[in-house]
Amino acid sequence: MRREAPKSVADYTPLFFPALMLIVFFVVPFSTMIAVSFFKRNPSGFYTPDFVLDNYARFLSVFFGGVLGFSLMLAVLVAVCCVCIAFPFTYLLTRRPRRAQTLWLVGLLSVLSLSEVIIGFAWSTLFSRTAGITNLFVAIGLMDKPVALLPTFGAVLTGMVYQALPYTILVLYPALVRLDPTLLEAARTLGASPIRAFFNVVAPALRNTIVATLIMVFVFALGSYLLPQILGRPQHWTLSVLITDQAIYQSNMPFAAAMAVFLVLISLALVGLTLLVGRRENAL
Amino acid sequence: MNRLIEKSLTRRGVLGAGLAISGVLAMPSILRAQDKSLKVGVYGGYFKKSFDEHVFPDFTKATGIAVESVAEPTGEAWLVQLEQAAKAGQAPADLSMMSQTSTLKGQSTELWTPLDTSKFKHYGDLLPRFINKYPDGRVAGIGAVAWWITLVTNTDVYKDAPTSWAALWDKANEDKLGLLALASNSFLLEVTAKTFMGGTNALDTEEGLNKAFEKLAEVKPNVRLWYRDEAQFEQALKSGEIPMGQYYHDVTGLAVADGFHVRSTFPKEGGIQDSGNWVLSRASTKVDEAHAFIDYMSQPSMQGVMSRKVGTTPTLKKEVLDLKPEEFAAVSSDIDPIIPRYDLYTSKADWINQKWTELIVG
Repeated sequence: MRREAPKSVADYTPLFFPALMLIVFFVVPFSTMIAVSFFKRNPSGFYTPDFVLDNYARFLSVFFGGVLGFSLMLAVLVAVCCVCIAFPFTYLLTRRPRRAQTLWLVGLLSVLSLSEVIIGFAWSTLFSRTAGITNLFVAIGLMDKPVALLPTFGAVLTGMVYQALPYTILVLYPALVRLDPTLLEAARTLGASPIRAFFNVVAPALRNTIVATLIMVFVFALGSYLLPQILGRPQHWTLSVLITDQAIYQSNMPFAAAMAVFLVLISLALVGLTLLVGRRENAL
Repeated sequence: MNRLIEKSLTRRGVLGAGLAISGVLAMPSILRAQDKSLKVGVYGGYFKKSFDEHVFPDFTKATGIAVESVAEPTGEAWLVQLEQAAKAGQAPADLSMMSQTSTLKGQSTELWTPLDTSKFKHYGDLLPRFINKYPDGRVAGIGAVAWWITLVTNTDVYKDAPTSWAALWDKANEDKLGLLALASNSFLLEVTAKTFMGGTNALDTEEGLNKAFEKLAEVKPNVRLWYRDEAQFEQALKSGEIPMGQYYHDVTGLAVADGFHVRSTFPKEGGIQDSGNWVLSRASTKVDEAHAFIDYMSQPSMQGVMSRKVGTTPTLKKEVLDLKPEEFAAVSSDIDPIIPRYDLYTSKADWINQKWTELIVG
């Protein structure tokens, strides 16, 4: 069957619905946000339509640069941790019998039903001095007295990896299930150990999937604003936390919008860069 | 013949009159059922629950005005929503409970319908700090509820109650405090000024503010949690995980009543008294009903009910209240309060916010 190029407007109709949705749910809100980011802020009230660059100028400082840098670093770290844990896990999962796979996937989906708030409070209890896991360590003689494991960077990272891991596995799963088993068999026949075959054959064969997953988790983690507040110190607050402060508590919509636009542009640039590097490597 | 006509006329007359009367009676009652209602915005959660239980049903019984309560978010989100809606001629709530800073911000766009104080029987008994006025003297808001932020401690960890806000600065309390995360809801600049600089007037100048920020920076090593959400700190306070901090006097009282080992102390410099106003959106058409509601709420007996049932501080002078001394002590204190400098959070909002964020994040 040959696919014919669309000839009339009618041939494009299947595109109308997605295009409409994209306009309604992305183009319009995002354009509004860009417009608001140039509005003039009135500290004793709201904002007035205008075209000023003050909001962007305020953002361009060492302080906000540091916060932006930290947010990006945190998101990258979450993405790398998630893929490092999820990739071998999903690979081993796809080798299990069908029934076991279903059970695991149902379990993972149920974790997805937990909200960020529940995850945050659950981990803050687990990491607390009074009721946390260190009490268990004391009970089995590993520690002298219980300590608080939060607020720390490790706590923030753990919470965020926990939250993003089910998504990572669900994104990786289809690709790993479809992986041709003969590739691995060939590698084994040629004398590679299972671990070597995994790293030299399975991982490179799925490089595009891995890159796509990294990007997805990165973008997902970039929006997190509750877990850094519950599990971290103010130094661990992401730019999203400060955007919320401006929007909700200071009613400074123009500045909040400017920060959000900046965050979107920087992350789009990083995603573009990743794809570009990936393509060049593939071409070689 | 004459009698017949007379009779028939009378009969018709009676029927007609009956119809007319029933019409006159029926029409306004339909109108009244539609008109006599009021949408009141109250802070969601504890306040809304208490108002739905203790205030609104009695108000409807007393005045015949039905109340629909609307849960409003804290922070300035509700102000922004009211403002956007008013531009479109809509009022998501007629009356709203509004923080002092938000009331001032709403003034800048004339968001609040000026109130006619002659309709409030107890206007003269209100404490002056609970009357919010436009710069030209029109009344923008009347005190709705007032509450205290005090020094709270876990009694298992601190056997003796601290006596001064200076305890927050004590080196012995390293990594033990939970404080509110924003300048405009923690009012820690005011606390610093009252404790170390002789009063909140010290914050009049930029120099004074800078000094307060410097002093406040010394608290940082003691703070384990800067919280935005109350639940975050309350849990940690009850368990002793974070044994000291600033928190709401009323909610701490409820925790004590539930048997938790916590206490709320009015430091010798005074507790922080924050409050919310009743404000009427300019898009609302229920002006009379709103005045009736504010009048009802400002009665000494209602303020007594609020103090006993909800735990809020009365907005009226102590003399006119029917509260027993111990009831008054449970919701207030005779120690001179720290009144937040709300004006700073509108006139210097961005400057303070920026310095504050850099102070705690940096």
